[in-house]
Amino acid sequence: MGAFFDVFFRAVFLENLALAYFLGMCTFLAVSKQVKTTVGLGVAVIVVETISVPLNNLIYNFVLREGALAWANLGHMDFSFLGLLSQIAVIAAMIQILEMVLNRFFPALYNTLGIFLPLLTVNCAILGASLFMVQRDLAFIESVAFGFGAGVGWALAIVMLAGLREKMKYSDVPAGLEGLGITFITTGLISLAFMGIAGLSF
Amino acid sequence: MSAKDTFIKPLVSENPVTLHVLGICSALAITNSLTSSLIMSVSLTSVLVITNIAISLIRKHLPSSVRLIVQITIIASAVAVIDQVLTAYLPDAAKTLSVYVALIVTNCIVLGRAEACAMKCGVGTSILDALGNGLGYSIILIVVSVIRELFGNGSLMGYKILELVQDGGLYQPNAMLMLPPSAFFIIGFLVWVIRSWKPEQNENADFKPTPLPDREKR
Repeated sequence: MGAFFDVFFRAVFLENLALAYFLGMCTFLAVSKQVKTTVGLGVAVIVVETISVPLNNLIYNFVLREGALAWANLGHMDFSFLGLLSQIAVIAAMIQILEMVLNRFFPALYNTLGIFLPLLTVNCAILGASLFMVQRDLAFIESVAFGFGAGVGWALAIVMLAGLREKMKYSDVPAGLEGLGITFITTGLISLAFMGIAGLSF
Repeated sequence: MSAKDTFIKPLVSENPVTLHVLGICSALAITNSLTSSLIMSVSLTSVLVITNIAISLIRKHLPSSVRLIVQITIIASAVAVIDQVLTAYLPDAAKTLSVYVALIVTNCIVLGRAEACAMKCGVGTSILDALGNGLGYSIILIVVSVIRELFGNGSLMGYKILELVQDGGLYQPNAMLMLPPSAFFIIGFLVWVIRSWKPEQNENADFKPTPLPDREKR
């Protein structure tokens, strides 16, 4: 169980996808104007990450990696070059299915998350988490913790930025720096603060 | 739009990174050395050209209901090829860039150009558009990485330019430029510079602060 929490906290704070690896930045900067919207988006990211990372882990370990097909007498095959294609296809298909299931059984939740789900197919935070999972060679239970932690970390970062931006729209920013420019600098400052946590490695 | 405009406009006045906020992830993450930015720029531009040509060729046979999934598959195949080429011929660079080459799949510039240009125009225009946007992205990457590597490490592409203090030289490196947050500051200031030069890119503020009352009249 210790390993589970270690991977989880590492993914949330030390290796935050948004602030340490800059993944999902396009959405991060474009949709962070209001706290309310970012909470919906954050929950959608947590749900998608928690399902897609373990799913890709299973597919990678039992079908694609070198020697993984030993159960089908194909132990000499190495399909890892197909990893990227299969991951993006799994993510796109999973988001489509999730959208249909939510629409059918949880209409209230669908109305909150619905608009963000298709957007997440091309969010690099989602694909990035799966790629990091393969690169770090995580076991199945670790991949669950990593997916959940990565989602929570990303959601935390975007809600924090939206909180700051809501206050900042009342301040007098120099012309030319308004909007995008000052958002970049604010994100940089949050990211700098998160680097402080890295000192507490555990 | 003339052919020249298609190529020139994305370089500064409609730059994909600083105006449309696309493809930021890699622009921030790998810019701590000039070598990796150059490799990343070349990879992205090649993916952009390959996908734009492919999509522009099949655009008339593509039903709009399945176009996104077809576009993503084409992009992912092109990226997988580039990734394999880099792993085979430049293994060290591939290791430094780690997942960021694979993440070109979700780089919004590629999908954005496929949607905005390749689905509508002929092959020639699509190639020019792809090259223009690829170069626009490369310019930002190169500027940021030159600042970060030169002042953070005193070198460019691994060659010493400024002699560091610890090697007996005169330059005290700014270690913050090697850390991830500095990329945010540099791109933020870059956006400021471009928007001061081309004020039509400014966004309208949601609120204008009330001007202070004139001292004379009070």
